[in-house]
Amino acid sequence: MTVFTKIPKQVEEVMEKWNGSTSRRNFLKGSGLLVVSFGAAMASVNPLSSWAQSETAAAAQAAGPYPDPDFRQIDSWIVIHEDSTATFYVGKTDGGQGTGTAFRQMMADELDIAFNKTDLIMGRTDITVDQGGSGASDGIARDGQAMRRVAAEARRVLLEMASTRFGVPVDQLAVSEGVITVKADPSKKVAYGELIGGSRFNVTLTGNNINATTGVAKVKAVGDLKIVGQPIQRYDIPPKVDGSLQWAVDAKVPGMVHARNVRPPVAGAKLISIDESSVRGIPGFIQVVSKGNYVAVVCEREEQAIKAARQLKVNWQKPATESFPTSEDLYKYMRNATPTSLTRDRPGVRLPSVVGNPDAALASAAKVIEAEYDFPFQGHTAIGPAHAMADPSNGQMTIWSNDMKAYGLRTGVADFLGMPRDRVRVIWLDGPQLWGRTAADDAGFEAAFLAKEVGRPVRMQWMRHEETAWDTKGPAFTFKLRGGLDAQGNLIALEYNARTVDYNHLGYNDPDTVLIAQLMGRRPSAPASGGASSPSEMYDIPNRRKTTHVVRLPLVWETPLRTGNLRDPNGPQITFAGESFIDELAAAAKADPVEFRLRLLTASTDDDNQFKRARAIAAVKAAAAAYGWDTRPSPKPLGAGTILTGRGISYCDRNSTVVVEIAEVEVNRETGHVWVKRLVCAHDCGLVINPDGLRGTIEGNMLHGMSRALHEEVQFDTEKVTSVDWISHPTLTHADAPARIDIVLVNGDPNPNRPDLPAYGAGEAAIKPMVAAVANAIYDATGVRIRRVPFRDKRVLAALQAARV
Amino acid sequence: MSDITLKVNGRTHTLDIDPSTPLLYILRNDLGLLGPRFGCGLGQCGACTVIIKGAAVRSCITPTSTVQGAEITTLEGLAQDGTLHPIQQAWIDEQALQCGFCQNGQIMNAKALLDRNPDPTDAEIREGMVGNLCRCMTYYRIQAAIKRAANVISAARSASGKEVVG
Ligand code: FES
Ligand code: FES
Repeated sequence: MTVFTKIPKQVEEVMEKWNGSTSRRNFLKGSGLLVVSFGAAMASVNPLSSWAQSETAAAAQAAGPYPDPDFRQIDSWIVIHEDSTATFYVGKTDGGQGTGTAFRQMMADELDIAFNKTDLIMGRTDITVDQGGSGASDGIARDGQAMRRVAAEARRVLLEMASTRFGVPVDQLAVSEGVITVKADPSKKVAYGELIGGSRFNVTLTGNNINATTGVAKVKAVGDLKIVGQPIQRYDIPPKVDGSLQWAVDAKVPGMVHARNVRPPVAGAKLISIDESSVRGIPGFIQVVSKGNYVAVVCEREEQAIKAARQLKVNWQKPATESFPTSEDLYKYMRNATPTSLTRDRPGVRLPSVVGNPDAALASAAKVIEAEYDFPFQGHTAIGPAHAMADPSNGQMTIWSNDMKAYGLRTGVADFLGMPRDRVRVIWLDGPQLWGRTAADDAGFEAAFLAKEVGRPVRMQWMRHEETAWDTKGPAFTFKLRGGLDAQGNLIALEYNARTVDYNHLGYNDPDTVLIAQLMGRRPSAPASGGASSPSEMYDIPNRRKTTHVVRLPLVWETPLRTGNLRDPNGPQITFAGESFIDELAAAAKADPVEFRLRLLTASTDDDNQFKRARAIAAVKAAAAAYGWDTRPSPKPLGAGTILTGRGISYCDRNSTVVVEIAEVEVNRETGHVWVKRLVCAHDCGLVINPDGLRGTIEGNMLHGMSRALHEEVQFDTEKVTSVDWISHPTLTHADAPARIDIVLVNGDPNPNRPDLPAYGAGEAAIKPMVAAVANAIYDATGVRIRRVPFRDKRVLAALQAARV
Repeated sequence: MSDITLKVNGRTHTLDIDPSTPLLYILRNDLGLLGPRFGCGLGQCGACTVIIKGAAVRSCITPTSTVQGAEITTLEGLAQDGTLHPIQQAWIDEQALQCGFCQNGQIMNAKALLDRNPDPTDAEIREGMVGNLCRCMTYYRIQAAIKRAANVISAARSASGKEVVG
């Protein structure tokens, strides 16, 4: 019996181990056939001890070089085994949103094979094509479509083969679950494994780049999809709950040693000297490695490395000037700073910077409203700190990593170490949630550098204080918005000004900007500032202006306030300001917040080719209906008791995904504590691959947004980050979980004549409106507008007291 | 270094280690038990939770010398005879996790909670789980999974109770 492994990535190792020269790599080079069944291989594996053996065997065998798999060959994407099972190879990673399951669903559906007869390998640079890894919520929207096309082409080729075998035209064949049958004579049938099992397709695909990869076959029409759209359970969950999955933190090979970093005690400090004698007596001590301001210790055992890193005496020189303002002074600093640049608009931005004549419209408005909002630096603060293991055997470099962009890590490390790219490979394994953190995979570079230095496999892991202080940050923003209402309460002008400290936005695994490179003194020719969109572009406002300025902090390099992509880069910040302000305008117009938004959305019938306007209107209505929204202006009349309740709505689009969220809060007027008791989300991301996976992703996004709304803020004095653990940097907890969440998937094609419903991406969209939804609900409950994030008890209480609530 | 005897998941191990080493590193690096994970090393997040004498314990701040001879259960020890513990099954049924990195601690803490209080109220679940952090914020589904597991466990208990009575 074929037993499917619960550890797909390990299958490959095992196959390589048990099949000698018939490993997949060799197979893909055309030197042999893949003849093993998974059942045979897995039966030989003891899950607790297999790691080192299989990895060693794989490392010895697959000693490199590692050329790029050719994305223009079906064989690089799909292998069909003799037992009619299939393994898919894709260049993506799964951060825990179930995208791996979704990729299998999409490919299985197009290939016409049962989901449970498939397996998936992701993110191994030596054997999976380079789809860039994960990011930008495009896994389903873009890369999944290439996967579908390749699988459809494989199906077409198999049908051709069956046609030849039976001597009947393809259109007289039926295919179901990997078996092709002659329609007129169902006794004539052949399984995929009989047609091609263990052999190559040898079919070349076309397409200018990997995203455009295609064969001749067309993908199925949405109405013909059977596996897509099913709430299939994630294959990675059972091995995650029984402890059998081997994660990147678990990577281990014989001879491996442990490393820990020693960071400068204050930002911008310069290394003067290291007293190695301070740690030489620690058992297992191997080496202190330092270059520039980068310092690490290497020991035989993990606890020894931790001890050595704590104990190492290092003489640092503080910088002469302050590195940044304190977190309390940050917004004042940002408002007063001379901007360095205007950010680029993100691609796909619909409107030009100025529409109509905002100055004249504001001057003529019956009522002008103005408000300022502040949004702090927020970290990724992954539950597991950065980690990687690197093995320098055979003059190659193999890195086991949870890097969402494994391919970029490979290229970046090759450049960083001066190694040919085909001598470096990255093996992606599961890790803690990413949200953009491992797009700059500091630990991967550090492990590889140290492995090269000490000549042994090195496992690097950051400590908690290091991760919370030094991970990449979502940039802080200040906003100033002005809006003009006419006498009827219509919004006739909107002026949006944003400032962001996103002067030096980190690249993806850029060998000049990962932390180790910065500490070693490497610099790119110029810092790259971040880009930012602006809010609510589907609102029809006749006169508007949007401006985004970048400001810089005094310390640009080697700073713990280095900015990078954080789940929906800048979206929560911008939407907090934009959708809070729309609410303020609705209140000024004494209009119901839902009705006011619908008025702005329906004021024009001009839509884009994704029907974003029509879908936004549908989503607002769906959310209001699901919540049971009663029409009235905010705030509601102040209640008498200790607990004040209110509801707030917020809308956004992200690319073409539309999200509307409603938060219902309880505010304790004596403590300032906010509990988001109920959440409603209407979500439209186009084609849904796995509705339960999608719901889980939306829930995670909404609660992440709540955490950012209620708790998260990077705090710092003028020389270092001072929020360094879960006490000083709090996060959402079980106590904050809402009592009820309702999610309405509004997905459906507004154009019945379109053959295919696009998928627009769901990895990040639902985090975007949440902060504003909570702020608007607090206002509805209390009549007090909180314009600075996060809404911690103390801040809310102070605002309530100031307003005498 | 000295000999330390540990009883983990029903097996006894004797190890020559520095007895002050936190249990987490011994479990992971010497015994190959990878369920417990490093999240903070400070006792703040719960990712490293194991069960010792029925209580959820944070192995990252527990010196190994202090748990000699005590019965230690890790995530790997929950399933019995190849059958998942009802809590693990509830996690699958609810598809409770996102990345899953924290879930060792969520599951182990839920086990200790339900062993102590088989029929917790919503408030008791929140309170009992509050120290187990999840940065994917899967709290809503975890709480649903705990309720599901509590129901399954109590149904099994009353079923077996009936058999005894009958
Ligand atoms: S790792 Fe032990 S409590 Fe966080
Ligand atoms: S599931 Fe990812 S941290 Fe909890």
